[in-house]
Amino acid sequence: MDSLQLQALLPFIVLASASVVIILLIAARQSHTVIQITGFLMMCLVVLAMWYVRDVLPRAIMPLLVVDGMAAVFTGLIVFCVLIIGLFSFIYFEEREENPKEYYILIFLGTLGAAVLTISRHFISVFIGLELLSISLYALIAYLRNRNNAVEAGMKYLVLAAMSSAFLLFGMALIYMDTGSMDFDGIAKQLQTQGHSPALFVTGIGLMMVAVCFKLALVPFHLWAADVYQGAPVPVTNFIATVSKIGVFAVLVRFAQAVQLQSYHFAVIIISFVAIVSMVGGNLLAIKQQNIKRLLAYSSIAHLGYLLVAFLPGNAAGIEAGMFYLFAYSITLLAAFGIVTMLSGRQADADQLEAYRGLYWRNPLMGAILTVALLSLAGIPLTAGFIGKFAVLNAGVQQQLWLPVIVLVITSVIGLYYYLRIISTLFAETQVIFPKEKSLHPLFVAGTYGALLVLLILLLGAGIFPSAVIDGIKNFLCQGFRIINF
Amino acid sequence: MILVWMIVILLIGGLLCWLTARANEHAAKWVALVTMLIDAALICGVCFTQRVSSINTWIVDIKTQWIPAYGIGFHLAMDGLSMVMLLLTFFLGTLAVLCSWNEIKQRTGFYYFNLLCTLAGIAGVFVAMDLFLFYFFWEVMLVPMYFLIAIWGDTNRRYAAYKFFIFTQAGGLLMLIAILSLYFIHAAQSGVYSYDYFDLLNTTLQPSAARWIMMGFLVAFVIKLPMVPLHNWLPDAHSEAPTAGSLILAGLLLKTGAYGIMRFVLPLFPQAAEAIAWWAMLLAVIGIVYGAMLAFAQTDIKRLIAYTSVSHMGFVLLGIFSFNAVAMQGVVMQMITHGISTGALFVLAGMLKERLHTRDIESMGGLWSSLPAMGAVGMLFTMASLGLPMLGNFIAEFLVLMGAFTANVPLTVIATFGLVFSAIYSLRFVQKVFLGPSTFQKPLPDFSAREFVMMAALSIAIVWLGVYPQPVLDMVQHAVQAVVTK
Repeated sequence: MDSLQLQALLPFIVLASASVVIILLIAARQSHTVIQITGFLMMCLVVLAMWYVRDVLPRAIMPLLVVDGMAAVFTGLIVFCVLIIGLFSFIYFEEREENPKEYYILIFLGTLGAAVLTISRHFISVFIGLELLSISLYALIAYLRNRNNAVEAGMKYLVLAAMSSAFLLFGMALIYMDTGSMDFDGIAKQLQTQGHSPALFVTGIGLMMVAVCFKLALVPFHLWAADVYQGAPVPVTNFIATVSKIGVFAVLVRFAQAVQLQSYHFAVIIISFVAIVSMVGGNLLAIKQQNIKRLLAYSSIAHLGYLLVAFLPGNAAGIEAGMFYLFAYSITLLAAFGIVTMLSGRQADADQLEAYRGLYWRNPLMGAILTVALLSLAGIPLTAGFIGKFAVLNAGVQQQLWLPVIVLVITSVIGLYYYLRIISTLFAETQVIFPKEKSLHPLFVAGTYGALLVLLILLLGAGIFPSAVIDGIKNFLCQGFRIINF
Repeated sequence: MILVWMIVILLIGGLLCWLTARANEHAAKWVALVTMLIDAALICGVCFTQRVSSINTWIVDIKTQWIPAYGIGFHLAMDGLSMVMLLLTFFLGTLAVLCSWNEIKQRTGFYYFNLLCTLAGIAGVFVAMDLFLFYFFWEVMLVPMYFLIAIWGDTNRRYAAYKFFIFTQAGGLLMLIAILSLYFIHAAQSGVYSYDYFDLLNTTLQPSAARWIMMGFLVAFVIKLPMVPLHNWLPDAHSEAPTAGSLILAGLLLKTGAYGIMRFVLPLFPQAAEAIAWWAMLLAVIGIVYGAMLAFAQTDIKRLIAYTSVSHMGFVLLGIFSFNAVAMQGVVMQMITHGISTGALFVLAGMLKERLHTRDIESMGGLWSSLPAMGAVGMLFTMASLGLPMLGNFIAEFLVLMGAFTANVPLTVIATFGLVFSAIYSLRFVQKVFLGPSTFQKPLPDFSAREFVMMAALSIAIVWLGVYPQPVLDMVQHAVQAVVTK
């Protein structure tokens, strides 16, 4: 490994050291505030490191990793999400009885796992990244262990995630058996020389898809989503909804690009099927929900279905659309869960829809942010979600994928109903006065509001002037595509 | 730049309303009124200084890049048709502000914000010449309208608001897919990725493709119009909305559907439109008769007026699909006069509701004796609505029927019977509300000065259009000619 390769890995090394620094701080008995600020700074350092190494990219670290433009976009998005989630975590955990300090170790480990996924070009690194992410999540989901829901959710995730890992390993093993290689390019080369798709490879892909669908909570592997979203602490729910999905989607894109997954008919059929049933299932299941965390869980199932529509074409336009969609979806969910975090009290999360009645009149800023976030999820213009949906439709129509596109349109009309339901709750009349029980550090309250405002500006900004984001993604991707040639 | 300013002024005015209302509840309505007057003055200025001629059809034209990555431009342009629609928009917009003056007592700031944003969206729809931008405005006008209905509406407002939003959004998304398909077909032919109206006009389409794409557009527009099987959002939305909401819905939102058909469907897909003309005319005639029959059966005053809209918009559809200049002139006249007469009736219904606290015409009666001025104005506008000569609607319907007669005799004959039906429901309306034994013993206040000004403006407009419609016909002549010759 030469120094340039080390340099390319610098952001990931900083990210890994973040957990270690937190451990040392805990050993030195530092307060929650100190840990929080250090964590925030470490994440900023990661961003700085990424900026510092931008000229070194793209660079492959054989045989496991490759740091290229695509990885930079995905990792940047992940780190941005974690920055915001970290901020929200403070006000959430500060008033809980449990000791919140170890939480940050787990969060940063999970982030490292997701980041490793974005740079993987080998089954081993995929597996390491995924396990790093999953194992942190087991603990994170059940972190508030005095709550019944939390333990249940943690157990559920543990059992199902372990099983999906088994599927993944089995799939990898089959593909290895067929091609004799575990790195993506090697597999692709072997497949080209074979010239047909043998049964072992097909089965292997099928098994791996099970694991990927599980992680992305796609129908029919979505059963854990609602319970886990509901049971986990709000910032962790936010983490699952954004970071873990970005990581898994990144590895899916990279693998598909290497082996040209979309050129296999069976793969396209499987993915189309999963996308369609996810869009339909997610939206239908969300309609009746009264719990906002469960509702967002089902809605995220549907949104990942939309994302797969962008993934289906397998061309540059599709990948760009997918990236933009993930970006829009992530900032939207960050904002939405941010509001849930802000409203959650000492005893329970603010997850019942009733808690939001008349929110706009009680707190116009929070009400407005949640409204914009929901409109963005529904894909209404002026918000990032609309441009995301437009980009996805753009990619789908270009390839004439009529069935998924039509299903997308119909289901998003269905989805509109439950988003409107929440929005009209936000604007409903209210008599209830909710007691203010928070006495938090004003710096963090201000920081949280600041983060929410930044998200609001991003949501509207990317909805009105999306050019900057789209061009940014394009530039990074150009770097990413260069790697295939060297 | 004047078109950009018009929209920006509305948005800034809206924001100002929102902000000033925090300091003073009354300030908002003055800000809103001043905003509307500035815009009205601007459009009148353009109207007097610029002349539409056959060489210079497009009076104002602004074109810049917006999202170059997708070939999306920011292209606003105005011809005679757009100008007439903008005049109507700002005229009715000013009245909408005035008629909310005392009706809206709570949350005035947010109310006027939404009102002005709706108008901004509508104004945008009438001048957008980039299909993406058009879709953007098309959706932008939905959200604030949804809020107007859902927050300040009557008892059943949430249901009505959902229905309104979901119907129009469903149509809108189908239109988006159609726009995208057209865009890619055009790009494949010319190599230029553009959503610009004038570029897309040069696309040559296969008949089957043209049919499908046209259906996408048409569904969106006939839902808004509304055409008969798709009309059932309209009575709910109209009757539950606050007065200004009903005024804007009936006066302007419905016109965006008709405008869309004239501007986009006919020029872009002339052959395909001709192929379905018979069916469209049939549905239009069914709408005329069916709307009139339902109007006759209503007891709720606002629902009654809403169903008359269904009937009147049937004439619009009939005229558009007759494909000749006379009918098309009639359609534009109908759009304006229906906006004014139905708008006036909704305002009247709002005034009655303010005084009587009911919308049930069974419990009204004999109001002429206590409200003579209102009775007279009510009589005037019901006469207008049933198509009495000397009033604008007569000219409109006469032209439409004259044009349609050359296209399809039997259907036109049936449509003419619609006029008889409209006489029946109009007379029933006058009879039940203003004539007959008086049921209200309390003295009721007649017009206030503000109400008098509003009604005087509307009355002058409708009489003027009935006596001397030539300026309007001149203004739209070239635009209409362009549509028909295609």
